[in-house]
Amino acid sequence: MTVASVDTSKSSSERGALARARLLRGLLPALSLAIVLIAIAWLNPRAISYFGFSLMLNLAIPIALATIAQMFVIAGNELDLSIGTFVGFVGCVTATWLKDAPLLGVLILLGSIGIYALLGALIHLRNLPSIVVTLGMSFVWQGLAILVLPKPGGKAPDWLLAIMSFKPPFVPFPIIAALLIGLIVHFGLMRTSYGVILRGSGGNPAALKRAGWSLLKTKIVLFALAGLFGVLSGMALIGITTSADANIGNGYTLLAIAGVILGGGEFVGGRVSPIGAVIGALTLALAASPLLTFMHIPPDWQVAANGAILIIVLAARVLISRRER
Amino acid sequence: MILVKSLAGKPWVWSFIGALVVWLATIIFTGGYGAGGMVTAALSLAVFTVIVGVGQMFVITLGPGNVDLSLPANIGLASAVAMKVMGGSDSMIIVGLLAALACGAAIGAVNYLLIWALRIPPIIATLSASFIIQSIDISYGRGLQIKPPPGFADFANWQILGVPVLAILTVLFTVGAAIALQRMIYGRSVLAIGQNIRAAWLAGVNVGRIRLLTYTLSGALGGIDGALLAGYFRGANVDIGNEYLLASIAVVVIGGTSVAGGKANVPGVWGAALFLVLLLTMLNTFGVSAGVRLLLTGLIIVGVITAAGGEKAAR
Repeated sequence: MTVASVDTSKSSSERGALARARLLRGLLPALSLAIVLIAIAWLNPRAISYFGFSLMLNLAIPIALATIAQMFVIAGNELDLSIGTFVGFVGCVTATWLKDAPLLGVLILLGSIGIYALLGALIHLRNLPSIVVTLGMSFVWQGLAILVLPKPGGKAPDWLLAIMSFKPPFVPFPIIAALLIGLIVHFGLMRTSYGVILRGSGGNPAALKRAGWSLLKTKIVLFALAGLFGVLSGMALIGITTSADANIGNGYTLLAIAGVILGGGEFVGGRVSPIGAVIGALTLALAASPLLTFMHIPPDWQVAANGAILIIVLAARVLISRRER
Repeated sequence: MILVKSLAGKPWVWSFIGALVVWLATIIFTGGYGAGGMVTAALSLAVFTVIVGVGQMFVITLGPGNVDLSLPANIGLASAVAMKVMGGSDSMIIVGLLAALACGAAIGAVNYLLIWALRIPPIIATLSASFIIQSIDISYGRGLQIKPPPGFADFANWQILGVPVLAILTVLFTVGAAIALQRMIYGRSVLAIGQNIRAAWLAGVNVGRIRLLTYTLSGALGGIDGALLAGYFRGANVDIGNEYLLASIAVVVIGGTSVAGGKANVPGVWGAALFLVLLLTMLNTFGVSAGVRLLLTGLIIVGVITAAGGEKAAR
């Protein structure tokens, strides 16, 4: 219902208008980030500095990575409700085994990516609703996290701390990292031929199947990529917080979904945008606390502000989409 | 034999069999001790999952993508509203229940308003709404009189011969819901929309109104559930509804309702709710740690879903 139909019989002027609306739609994530930045600059000019950005975007890297993980799942028309607790589990492993027994830690993390791949296969083969499977898995990851680390604690490996506290000249690290993540995934998913197949598995699975591609394989790859970026997110998070807690990632499930949607992704049809997703994650990271603190919004209402921002951006998108048809 | 065969063909039977197996496993472990008490406790707790589960079932039956993620926040806010309106006095119980019902229904209507006006997927609409509701609840619930009136707490915990009265009322309610689903125009319209929204629209079903009604119904059930929970646990708090996000979706799916929409099953919701509650009781009885309990709960849910399997899409 919400998917705009493509009409080939449009005249050239109409097509021009359509292209403009598409462009505007593509720019919307960047526009919302700009608005949040302008608001912050207006409320507190001193925040717009090297130090200010490093501080405000502190948690943006793990959020961006988790959002990318969710984006891969959404690209295949599925939804991962376990990514938050998975990030928490990875965090607990990172702060314990990865430091004390690096080899075992690496094996566990690789194994957990393997479990994600298996989930993709299971969901495809048994035609299961991903929402329910991943909801169940969210319990599994949380249980495992508690078993690994019953009490908050642990310590991040030194090399990870060194990476995450890297201070490049002129541009704060979170911005460089976000750019890199966005560009690498953009290239992989939007510019390579297999990336097209992956997106096609969400756009038109039937056509892809008739063309001889294995939908089982695409689903496995998408879920494995989600697992990979979930692992990266958990590690980055621990690199910043230095110690872990079994519940540390719980909020990321919803943040990641919101980030993908803010970034111009859609739930069905394989329409996702890696750069948009990273921008969406940055917007949420900025809007979540720095902006609200500067606006003197009490902590009680910060969650609501996230919801309101989502609704406003989606409303803006509807206005633009109206012009698109 | 014919009866057994026709029963085995019904998906909801399996959820009851699962509940029975878990119950038997537990009483074998305890040597028969506490078998009856366990059923009573399971019935009282399952009630809350059944009430939201039925609401969620109607929403999910509307078709792919329809799901109400605002239920936990809704339950939290409604429980606070109910306790505030009741203000600890027995004479205000009915008013408090109505307030919780109205609060929930309003949330449901707002959910549909977002879906309709912004044309966004219900998942993200109910999610955004739940963020806002959560904040309202945190801000509203601060420093609140959260104890229920004694009469209401007694009512929520009232048992006749070991059978919770709330469970009896909920059985009556689910019978009503089953009739509404299978025999009334409203329920048939929900099923028709879930099977093919366009065909339903062409056949003259008022799609918008039915969807609005369904989301409002789900919200209202969440609201009443919040009030009852606060009564049962003798107090309201922000997190009171948290576990009902997974539970409400899980009981619907385990109970044999199709996630693809258009096929719903009311008895299965009861079976699945009892199964989940008894499963938790069993794991607690076995004395496993919190981590193992979560792990096993998750694995069993995934296992049950895998065994039940999704049906092949009709397209």
